[in-house]
Parts: sequence; structure tokens; C-alpha cells
Amino acid sequence: MIEHSLADIAQALASRRISSVELTALYLDRIGRLDPQLNAFITVDRERSLAQARAADERLARGDTQPLTGIPIAHKDIFCAKDWRTTCGSKMLDNFVSPYDATVISRFQQAGAVLLGKTNMDEFAMGSSTETSFHGPTANPWALDRVPGGSSGGSAAAVAARLAPAATGTDTGGSIRQPAALCNLSGMKPTYGVVSRYGMIAFASSLDQAGPLARSAADCALLLNCMAGFDERDSTSLDRPREDFARELTAAAGGRPLAGLRIGLPEQFFGEGCSPDVMQLIEAAIAEYRQLGAETVPLSLPNMGLSVAAYYVIAPAEASSNLARFDGVRYGYRAPAYDDLTDMYCKTRAQGFGAEVKRRILIGTYVLSHGYYDAYYLQAQRIRRLIADDFAEAFRQCDVVLGPTSPSTAFRLGEKAADPVQMYLSDIYTIAVNLAGLPAMSIPCGFAGGLPAGLQLIGNYFTEARLLDIAHRYQQVTDWHRQCPAGHA
Amino acid sequence: MKHWEVVIGIETHVQLSTASKIFSGSSTAFGAAPNLQANAVDIALPGVLPVLNKAAVECAIRFGLAVGGEVAAKSIFARKNYFYPDLPKGYQISQYELPVVRGGGLPIQFGENEKLISLTRAHLEEDAGKSLHEGLGPTAQGRSGIDLNRAGTPLLEIVSEPDMRSAVEAVAYARALHALVRWIGICDGNMQEGSFRCDANVSVRPAGEVRLGTRREIKNLNSFRFLQQAIDYEVQWQIATIEDGGSIEQATVLFDPASGETRAMRSKEDAHDYRYFPDPDLLPLIIDRQWVEQVRAGLPELPAARRERLIADCGLSAYDARVLTASLDLANYYEATVVAAGRKNAKICANWVMVDLAARLNREDREIGQSPVSATQLGGLIARIADGTISTSMARKVFDELCNSGHSSSADEIIARQGLQQISDDSALTALIDDLLAANPGMVAEFRSGKEKAFNALVGQVMKATRGQANPQRVSELLRRKLG
Repeated sequence: MIEHSLADIAQALASRRISSVELTALYLDRIGRLDPQLNAFITVDRERSLAQARAADERLARGDTQPLTGIPIAHKDIFCAKDWRTTCGSKMLDNFVSPYDATVISRFQQAGAVLLGKTNMDEFAMGSSTETSFHGPTANPWALDRVPGGSSGGSAAAVAARLAPAATGTDTGGSIRQPAALCNLSGMKPTYGVVSRYGMIAFASSLDQAGPLARSAADCALLLNCMAGFDERDSTSLDRPREDFARELTAAAGGRPLAGLRIGLPEQFFGEGCSPDVMQLIEAAIAEYRQLGAETVPLSLPNMGLSVAAYYVIAPAEASSNLARFDGVRYGYRAPAYDDLTDMYCKTRAQGFGAEVKRRILIGTYVLSHGYYDAYYLQAQRIRRLIADDFAEAFRQCDVVLGPTSPSTAFRLGEKAADPVQMYLSDIYTIAVNLAGLPAMSIPCGFAGGLPAGLQLIGNYFTEARLLDIAHRYQQVTDWHRQCPAGHA
Repeated sequence: MKHWEVVIGIETHVQLSTASKIFSGSSTAFGAAPNLQANAVDIALPGVLPVLNKAAVECAIRFGLAVGGEVAAKSIFARKNYFYPDLPKGYQISQYELPVVRGGGLPIQFGENEKLISLTRAHLEEDAGKSLHEGLGPTAQGRSGIDLNRAGTPLLEIVSEPDMRSAVEAVAYARALHALVRWIGICDGNMQEGSFRCDANVSVRPAGEVRLGTRREIKNLNSFRFLQQAIDYEVQWQIATIEDGGSIEQATVLFDPASGETRAMRSKEDAHDYRYFPDPDLLPLIIDRQWVEQVRAGLPELPAARRERLIADCGLSAYDARVLTASLDLANYYEATVVAAGRKNAKICANWVMVDLAARLNREDREIGQSPVSATQLGGLIARIADGTISTSMARKVFDELCNSGHSSSADEIIARQGLQQISDDSALTALIDDLLAANPGMVAEFRSGKEKAFNALVGQVMKATRGQANPQRVSELLRRKLG
């Protein structure tokens, strides 16, 4: 069952070959057995999950089913879930039990999916390795001494190790795509505004976007169908007609199904900076796409080199303000002893936040300060506009942009932890997408030294269904995405 | 001694009378138990997001139109970042570079003078909660409480140019603004409950100097009296400080009503750097012309236009017109009275509303909206005065009856029930007078010998005999003819 697609699991549930309780228990058992060495989960609540599974079984018995009814899904601990501890990977919220559901969570609840547990993440999603979590790092199932990527590393490790059929993540600068690449998964960051941010603890509001982490593009489509949709509680949510993101995945394999597709290859994705063994796999994937009928178009994204710099102004600026609410006054951590109000603030935040979060709050506070705002924040916003313009120009020449997701395969735990700039550069290929608000995917494209690598596909606004189809075609003729880490089958 | 010129600009926080908060669905009603009107958004739980209340925007548009300002087609919400326990998010959502209203002006009157005060801008923002330091019970000694019921209440911050030159002008401005925001229905104007709060920026400079002096900002003045006292004190303090060889440091100060003094709260050095930036959770506020025109169509006639019309149509003096347009309710009441009494009686109506009714309301501490007598009732009474049915002194009795009747009776009913009609009928009066003259030959003789006093005594006798109902003018005329 653990290698079944979500559609097959749904079929098995619908035909009563397995119950949701059995399925949920199977995964809970795997978590109990295998998670101690991975640390993919922050919170597992067996009874609560099984109660949801029982309710799902009743729905299944009634025939009141949707595609995800009865399927256990793991959620990044950034989503508020009613009555569940929701920590965002921080000491600051270690004692926080949410009194409400994020829109993403309630959509899964309405679909009858089972909340399998809350997964580990970099503290407040700030990181690319899941090492900044207050709950300790998560290990990569493909090599336990390596990182799973981040910040959605817990979700990625859980799905890769088959501790969950699928999971949610959030992507502010690559936090779904990079862990997907490092853990051999398919992950999508949708167009900004497609998935509601309500109840998703904010890191950088203008960049944050939730999306699926799964074992195939087809599974991603099913998850996205559940997650996406207008939400009046999020003013940046887009009011668009509902669409079926799986609608283009039904065609049979064979022939040259992608004939006429123009794949753009930006020179900035193929220059220095990417490890040669990863680049070899990307080249092979391009050859595969040519086999499927696609043609390739060389192009340039001239301002992409500025994206990391612009991102590390905008994201910390927004974060410094978003995280101001964690002040020890109303909920969450408060320092046990303090002299006065200012001392309470200082000690609470000094003790409640980890080093990387503090670093970004300081950067963000600095760039918004009087006298620096124009030089940093406004300048970064201008670059952001230029990057979006670069992509707009690129999509006049091609239908999809292709390149590596991450410049390397999974690095060792601790390898980059002491060097924030090296860590920031691991998102060099993913960040521009968030700045422009575009949809993008990462899908498995092979192994280098036994470690998975990811292929990134970037689409124009609202082309999620097309992207999923392009990914799906590749997965019909390759089996990289079916590979399972040793010891987790 | 040098002459000093005082320069004052005022920032006013006006709580908008919307049913729900500016970025959440919580009620804005005043007076609920602490934190009962604070939902997940108001207390800033992790993950919550603001959604703009269009009713608040509509209030801002109303104000912009009422002061002749420019309603911005596009304005931006910005975050004003600072830490305080009653500010749940650690930032206030406000507007900074692109406010919803720019420019405009407000005419003020003080004594015989009129002046137009220019407005810089008006922007939308959310109110903070309140810190409670007392009344938390014996177990809470030394602790402070937070009440977030007020957090998220919509505010319109209205910023004037530094156009005022005295505390009197400042108070006249505040009063005019207070009247306007109530007139256009965007604020209940309740100053005790904090619905209308002023900050005054005060500086002084030698007369003739063009550059502005260094200003100090007096925060949170919630009564016109405090505004006047605070500015008066601040001005004399600044002048005394400079004349003693000192200089003014830019500062934020608080007014202590008990001592009547201002004292510095924080200096420029420890002023906050609010690190404003556009709020990424909210889209730019786009107001199209259609929306503006829709709001314009729903605006009541504005006070200045109303005054002009009352002067032209009702023949009122400028003073009366100003008094009767102090609030929309009063102006509407007055005009409804005129409708009931007849237009030709508009001036009597003005007197009754401004004198008799005003005194009654004042005595009972009521607003015009809670008048014990309706405009229709009052107009009906005035019609009976005007057509001679009752005398003015009788009318005062009927007025009192009406006030006590709980809106249930008309003046005509009370007059009929109590037989208060004036006796103007000549035959009845003549009969009375004949009896009286026959019974008082002494008084008649006195009058004939040239004592005018005796005539008045005779009139008084007739009035007494009719319990005041005789038409005194008619009685005089008939008496004179008899005694002729």
C-alpha cells in the first residue's frame, strides 16, 4: 500500500479493500518505528488521527467521499490546526495549541483527509536544511547524515521514507522545491494567491505560498485540488474559477505527447555554481523531454543574479514585522523572570527565538530603518520588478522554463550551518520564482552518488495544470520518482 | 518684551461608527467586558490575516467629499512597527505615503471671526487596545491587564496644516471637526468614550518670523476644555522657556488635567523609528469614481450649504442659522418643526428650538435626538401661537404638558382637553368687561383721573377672571373703547 498512488489508495478505500483506520494505523506504526532516526515529525497524536480515520470510514461507508477521504496527510507545523500543538519549529510556540484551523487544514478536513501529524521545519521556515528547528534537525532518508533540505524538510523526509502518503509544505524561497529535490519527491509551489495563507504562520507574506509534497506529479495534482481556491479571509487570495489541476493527466502514455512544447533554458541556470553531476542529470532530462517531442529555446534571465540579494532584503523585512507579535504577552513563550516590560520583551525574544530567526529579524529591522529604507527595501522591490519582467519576456519565447532545483544534492548535517551565505546560496535557483510569484515544480531526475537530484519546471502565472502535465509526461517514461530509500520500503 | 506668534496644527483620531472592526468581523460596540470583542484576528494569533472593512473606507470617502479633499484613486496600507502590550501584532496597520484623502479644508468660527483651516490629509488606521493598571482585583497587585476590545476599531486620522494661531482657534477647529464628523454620520463623537481624540502640535516664534519654531506634541486630548488648557499652558511654558534663555526640544508631552500642566513623555532622541512599509497582507486600496459618486449621492446637505439655505428660506440671522446647524439632528429637527408649524412661522420656530427646547434639553441633559417633544408636536404648538389660539404664556404650559406626555398627545388635544384656548371672542369679553366696570367704579374713576396704572389693573382683573385665557391685546382694545 505504501507505494500506491493517492488515486489507487482512494480506490482501495472506496472499494473497502482497506479502511482509513487500517491505513492510518499502518502509517502511525511506521512513524513509531522509523521516525526516531529521522525526526520528521514534531507532533503525532495517534488517538486524534485514528478518530479522524474512523469518521472518514463512516463517510466512506455512506458514499460521501471526495478524492482524499480517508487518506492520511502530514502537515508542516506552520499550519494552525485546531486543538493541535502548532510550533512552527520554534521554542517561541512550543506550548501553543491552536484554537483554529488554517484554511488549508480545514479544506483537508472537509475533504475527509486524516491529519497524520505535524512535521518538522526550520524555525519559522527560515532555513534550507531543517537544522534551525527548535526540535532538532531532520535526517534525509536517503542518507541519515545528510539534510533533507528545508524549510519543509520534515514533510519531505516523511513522504520520502513512506511515513506519510503525501504532505503539505510552504515555499517562500524554495522551501517545497529544494527539499523535494533533496528527498526525491515531486513538489509544487503554486502561483502566489492560489492557496490561502490564512492560518499559515507568516514568514514573508508577499512570498509565502503553500503547496504539495508527494511522490508524483499526479499526487501533487490531487493535493492541489484540495488546497487551492479563493478564501475571503486572505486578501491576497485570488478569486478565480475553480479548476481541476489533474485534468491534463488523463491521456495515455506513448508517442510524442509534448510535441510543440517550447522549453526555455536560461543561461543563468546552466553556468557556474551547479555541481557537474547534478548538471549531467539535468542534461539527461532535457534529452528525455526532446524525446517526448519538446523543443528547447535558449534564453536569458539577466537579473536572476540579483535575486538572492533582493530576497534577503525583502523576506527579512517582512519577517521582522511578522514576528513582532511573538512578544510573550498573549500566548507562546514568555521568559520566566524579568524586571519590567522592556526586559520581558528582550528576554522573551532572546530566549524564544533561535539564531537564524534573530539574524533575519535584525537584517529586516535594519533595512526598514529610517535612512536605509530607500537604499535597501525600495531597491530590492525594484529588482523584484525587474526579475518578474525577465520572466515575462522569457514566457514570450517559451512555455516552460527548465533548470536545476538545487545546485547540489543533499549536503551533510552541519556542513553549511555555520555559514549563512553558503546556506542562502542553496536556494539560488528557486528564489527568483517567489519574487515573481510564479508557479514552479521540482521533480526527481536521477541520482548522483546515491543521492537524488531535482529538476525544476517554472511556468507562467496560473499554468499549474500545464506544469503538472509536463511533469507527469516525464514520470510516465522515467522511474526516478518511484525510487524508495533503502530501509524504508 | 517680544511679541510671540503661536502656531498650532492638530491631528485628530476619529473612531468610525462601523458595526465591525476595520480588519476583522468583531463588533465595535463600546463597553463590553474586557476581551469579549476580540477575535483571532484582533488578538493577532499566529497565521491570521486582515481583511478590509469597506464600511470604513466609505466613511473616509464621506469625509474626503465633505471637506473638499481629494479621494485617492489608489492608497496603500502600511505597517507602523512598535512594541506595546496593547498592540497585538507589534505593528499598527495605518497609511503612510499614500493616504486615502489628501487636502481639503474646514471653515471655523471664533467670536466674530471666520477662517479656513487647511487639511493635510486623512488616513485610515486601526485603533490599539487598552492597558488596564487598576481594578484587576486583589490577586493582580502590581500587574497590568490588556483589553483588546478596542483593538482594530477603525480610525480616521485627520491631520490639519499648522494654520491655527491660538488655543481659541484650535478649539474652534476641533469643535467644527467634531460637528462635521457627526453631521456626515461617520463618528458618534462621544469624547468620554474616546471616539474623538486630539493631538496638538504647538510651537511659538517671534512675530514676523517665517520659519516655524520647534514643536512639542501634546497627546490624547479628549475634551475641548483640556485642549484649551493644555495649549494655553504649553504656549506660556514655551515662551517663558525661550525668554529665560532656554530652547525648545522636540518632544511628545502629556497634559495632566489635575495640575493643568504638560510634561514631556519622550524626547526626539528616543522617538520611535516606526519602520513603515507597505503591508503585504493587504492589496492597494482602489476607489473608483463610481464608488465616490455613489457615496456623494448619499451624503446629507453639508452644514455650510444648510446654513445658507436656512438664511434664504427661513429668514434666519446668520447667528441663528449657525446655532441650528450645530448638528444634523438639530437642523433636521428644526426644519421638521417648520414644516409642522408652517414656513411663515420659521422665526418663531427658531426661537422655540433655540430657547425653550434648548433649555429643557439642557436641564435634562439630553441630546436633540432624545427630545421629549417631537418636531411635529412642537410645530403644532407653534402654529396655535401664531394663529392666536393660545397666548405665549399658555403655550409654555402646553409645552410642559407635551414634554411630559411622552410623545402621545398633540398640542391641540392638550389645549382642548384643558380648555386653554385664548378667549378672543368680543361678545364674551365685552360681557366680562361690563361686569368688571360695574363692580369697580373706584378703579374706573382713578383711570379717568389720569392714572394709567389703573388701566393695567383692570386688564389684570379680566385676565384673572379668565384664568389667563383672555387675549390680553383684545382686552386692552375693548377696555379702551369702553372707557374711551
